[in-house]
Amino acid sequence: MTANSWIQLALFLGALAALAKPLGSYMARVLEGKPCGLDRALGWCEWGVYRLAGVDPQQEMGWRTYAFAVMAFNLLGIAAIYLVLRLQGALPLNPQGLPGTTPDLAFNTAVSFASNTNWQSYGGETTLGYLAQMLGLTVQNFVSAATGIAVLAALIRGLVRRSATTIGNFWVDLVRSTLYILLPLSTVLAVALVSQGVIQNFDAYQTVELVEPVAVEGEPTTTQTLAMGPVASQLAIKQLGTNGGGFFNVNSAHPFENPTPLTNFLELLAILLIPAALCCTFGVMVGDVRQGWAVLAAMLVIFIPLTVGVMLAEQSGVPQYAGMGADDVASATQAGGNMEGKEVRFGIANSAIWASATTAASNGSVNSMHDSYTPLGGLIPMWLMQLGEVIFGGVGSGLYGMLMFAIIAVFIAGLMVGRTPEYLGKKIEAFEMKMASLVILIPSMFVLIGTAIAVVGPGLEYTVGEEVKGNLNNPGAHGFSEVLYALSSAGNNNGSAFAGLTANEPFYNILLGVAMFAARYWLIIPTLAIAGSLARKKYSPPSAGTLPTHQPLFVVMLVSTVLLVGALTFVPALALGPVVEHLQMISP
Amino acid sequence: MTTSSKSRPLFDPAIVRRAIIDSFLKLDPRRQLRNPVMFTVFVGSILTTGLGFHALATGGQESPGFIFGVSAWLWFTVLFANFAEAMAEGRGKAQADSLRSTRRDVQAKKLDEPRYGATHRPALASSLRKDDAILVEAGELIPSDGEVVEGVASVDESAITGESAPVIRESGGDRSSVTGGTRVLSDWLVIRVTANPGETFLDRMISLVEGAKRQKTPNEIALNILLAAMTIVFLVVCTTLLPFSKYSVAAAGQGSPITVTVLVALLVCLIPTTIGGLLSAIGIAGMDRMIQANVIAMSGRAVEAAGDVDVLLLDKTGTITMGNRQAVEFIPASGVAVEALADAAQLASLADETPEGRSVVVLAKEKYGLRGRNVHDHHATFVPFTAQTRVSGVDIDGRQIRKGATDSIVKFIAENGGSMSNELRETVERVAKLGGTPLVVAEGDRALGVIYLKDIVKGGIKERFSELRRMGIRTVMITGDNPLTATAIAAEAGVDDFLAEATPEAKLKMIREYQAGGRLVAMTGDGTNDSPALAQADVAVAMNSGTQAAKEAGNMVDLDSNPTKLIEIVEIGKQLLMTRGALTTFSLANDVAKYFAIIPAAFATTYPVLNRLNVMGLASPSSAIMSAVVFNAIVIILLVPLALRGVPYRAVGAARLLRDNLLIYGLGGLLVPFIGIKAIDMFIAACGLA
Repeated sequence: MTANSWIQLALFLGALAALAKPLGSYMARVLEGKPCGLDRALGWCEWGVYRLAGVDPQQEMGWRTYAFAVMAFNLLGIAAIYLVLRLQGALPLNPQGLPGTTPDLAFNTAVSFASNTNWQSYGGETTLGYLAQMLGLTVQNFVSAATGIAVLAALIRGLVRRSATTIGNFWVDLVRSTLYILLPLSTVLAVALVSQGVIQNFDAYQTVELVEPVAVEGEPTTTQTLAMGPVASQLAIKQLGTNGGGFFNVNSAHPFENPTPLTNFLELLAILLIPAALCCTFGVMVGDVRQGWAVLAAMLVIFIPLTVGVMLAEQSGVPQYAGMGADDVASATQAGGNMEGKEVRFGIANSAIWASATTAASNGSVNSMHDSYTPLGGLIPMWLMQLGEVIFGGVGSGLYGMLMFAIIAVFIAGLMVGRTPEYLGKKIEAFEMKMASLVILIPSMFVLIGTAIAVVGPGLEYTVGEEVKGNLNNPGAHGFSEVLYALSSAGNNNGSAFAGLTANEPFYNILLGVAMFAARYWLIIPTLAIAGSLARKKYSPPSAGTLPTHQPLFVVMLVSTVLLVGALTFVPALALGPVVEHLQMISP
Repeated sequence: MTTSSKSRPLFDPAIVRRAIIDSFLKLDPRRQLRNPVMFTVFVGSILTTGLGFHALATGGQESPGFIFGVSAWLWFTVLFANFAEAMAEGRGKAQADSLRSTRRDVQAKKLDEPRYGATHRPALASSLRKDDAILVEAGELIPSDGEVVEGVASVDESAITGESAPVIRESGGDRSSVTGGTRVLSDWLVIRVTANPGETFLDRMISLVEGAKRQKTPNEIALNILLAAMTIVFLVVCTTLLPFSKYSVAAAGQGSPITVTVLVALLVCLIPTTIGGLLSAIGIAGMDRMIQANVIAMSGRAVEAAGDVDVLLLDKTGTITMGNRQAVEFIPASGVAVEALADAAQLASLADETPEGRSVVVLAKEKYGLRGRNVHDHHATFVPFTAQTRVSGVDIDGRQIRKGATDSIVKFIAENGGSMSNELRETVERVAKLGGTPLVVAEGDRALGVIYLKDIVKGGIKERFSELRRMGIRTVMITGDNPLTATAIAAEAGVDDFLAEATPEAKLKMIREYQAGGRLVAMTGDGTNDSPALAQADVAVAMNSGTQAAKEAGNMVDLDSNPTKLIEIVEIGKQLLMTRGALTTFSLANDVAKYFAIIPAAFATTYPVLNRLNVMGLASPSSAIMSAVVFNAIVIILLVPLALRGVPYRAVGAARLLRDNLLIYGLGGLLVPFIGIKAIDMFIAACGLA
């Protein structure tokens, strides 16, 4: 790895660490309903929403009511996007006159955006009008992230409250996290991005003269159509809310979405900002910040080596290049290594860090094409998703997923010290184990079974009219990786695409849609059930016989649990995909 | 942990023989179904056996020899797990048999009325019902559990407790309960039967140790859920591997898809069979260890709860201090020689048969060389202690010597026209502050000085308490003493807290307060007045010598009636949980090596490059798979002793304990199978078996 790579990584982690604490403490105030500083400016809006919706903000909810509210709100959201997408041909703000989408694409996209996955089977600029982008997708970018924060807040309350029957009010959590956390941050980021050249307009697409004419399929071409749109406003929340659905098809590799190294840095920071800060929020809310740092430390202990792994894999490139006479040695004039599928303005370091961050968090936006990574460089992002999106993970959802792993780790560790396991003074018993097991079980089941269904045939080819087309751009083990990646992405609500797989056809749209739905909502319900069960429990004060959960030893235990579960579940599948690819690549 | 007298060798040949037979009997599918992990192996064994015959008949995907080899070891895996459970049960059964031998169907004398002298008829013990009255005379076995309503007798309870010294059982008070199967040695007892046949204490003990009615404990259920979840994960991992492999064969254009035999082998290796196979043995062995410590737990749940205890309530007398106070010093009043005081004190105590009185005589003899005199030579008249005067002493050669509590002596002196000096009062005060009991000695109108009676804290108890503190357990001393005395003893014994002038209500209140604070409370008790507190406590150990009410209220009975046993009980509870945790960690960590063995082997024909992952350098694909399966089976048998004995507990604090266990069972679990599988593979290759 070059010195530049190390500096880029250090800069990124340094900025993240510096921002986590202030933002985390601020979010804790927002979620605890305390004055946060923006009440003066936005309080009227909060109360206006409650009055308009007929919500009593003082009304506390039990976990079942809370779960019902989450589900009702999200199902309504799915229905709304579905309708907007199907009907967009008849809706305004559609200068290109794009038609309504097919039912399977509308279903897939609706579930995708409501579930904070933002898997995109379509190309943004060729499929969606501005109204669909804004009303359908941007709105969900906000509220799906807010849903994640709300469920996390409910879980934390379950840990904090004693002998209580309620875990908060979903509507209040939803409104407050949107209004006081996501909106202000997005506004600041959007303005910063616009200043760097990210576009924000309602113009029709523009045709411009090419600086240098090129030949496309033998025809000399002199003009190019540039897609326009309200990009910055959607881009900011796409990064901050771990959504990742690009305005344009190539996502953050597009010059209008990510024009400069500075925007790249800001967008990269925005991917992990809220998930990292929420660890601190967790610590503050449970009354022991060390608990939050321990969880954050566990995430970093996994994240940093894996990120370095991607950087190393990409920098060392592909042995076959030498035989082709290509120069892949890093120098002042070139990044070296494997630059296929990467933007020259970002190079290896910033592409690799992004790939790692976007898959660690359930963001899924890309600034390079993961399909073109070296086998190991592609394995790591895939595995980061398969770990269950708990290394930062989605806004809220990453931390509540990680806390489920903490419950399992505490259970095994607690047994090893000879006590009924406790986490933060709450006893972990059969019910919690049942629910935590579900949370860990469901995503991997959908990934593995979904991949199995796809590779026995239905996911390998599809027909358009009379014509049979292959879904896979690549044969062999790499093709397997492409399918596995798609399922891993959908089954863990990440949304990033390996590319190389044609997924906009009914089979994948439905399979991935179902996986995304299950991975999101079948996890939220058991999580809330645990919150309710923990809230009812008494608090057992710690003693010398209690396992401390803020010390490095517990971090090791938590990291081992996450890695072991992830490895044991996916080693065979990975062996048949990227591992074989790698071995074939390095074997003479 | 201190081992008790009744420990038996781990592998008693008789028990092993019986366990081997039981391992086969336990192949009953209904019994297998109770354990999801082992049931999976069971189904796998049947499946591979079928595949073996299929291969014999039609030539399957693998050679019949290989399939039968795998199949045989899968059967061994199931049998080994059965064996572990049978061993644990067998040890319990052996205990039960020795108990049962004491329970013969004896002839009882059933009384028409519950009083001595009423007419009685012979009746079989098995026909006795609750509330029947019976008479038991010297030399007879007590036919059933009961409560003494009349009489005093010495009873040999060695059949239950293993303790040969007879105990006194009498009506009223805290020594009124008798246990069926014990023998009256002297005198007679009229007993009201308190249990119907089959429900006696002995019956319950037998059924508990036999594990017949064993129910899964809460923690065991939670662990079972985790293990079942892991089993489902691996089931999906293995079944999806078939389509993955089919795709790979098509993509690579070579080799053949993974066979069902290999998939089953992989599945069995991956699912947590080590802990799954030993889980029930661990639970039974925990109960068994309790019994070996001479404690009968009424449920496995209570054993488990013992590991969670945060607060121990301990009675001062008998637990923290020796039963009795002892004289340790004579403190004379000014102008009185210490020898004179010692002499007077000894004279006053010569006829005092209480332990305190005897200790005065002994102290005078040992410290001042005063021998006990034959008081009959001196025309002495003894004045016994009465509730009215509250003093005792002697009138000898015209001297009136008395000893007693301060206010009583003050009264005695005053009657003789004297008064007590302030200086002596201060001495009395000082002794009380030190935790002692001051006894004032007076002769006529003059107070001679003070005898310092001290509660003697048991040797080693302070170390025990600091050990408990390191375990995270708070100790609370319960005493009827006044707060002053209690403070001093509490400080000397090193307890964390004390409850002075304790009443049953105060005890109950204290337990409730601790519980409201989220703490788990353990206590011991023997008297009927302890019953409410015993019922309230989370872990309540009743002394076997105690009343029936106390035993009913508690969830454990200590046959040795040793109040310090609580500490041992806590350790056994912790051991039980630790053993489960350690073996779960070990089991999961094992999987890493098994992947390295099986994955390259399973896809050897499709992707030969995967052989680079064969880091152990295993001889051939089939020997690699065999070695993993064999290792997986053998490790169960090798860990049976650990499951039965339990992971040793040390009072070093949770963090240290976790670190050590993580190193041994986590890291060890990661490394051991690499070595084990390689060794088995070398053996198989050397024998040319595969």
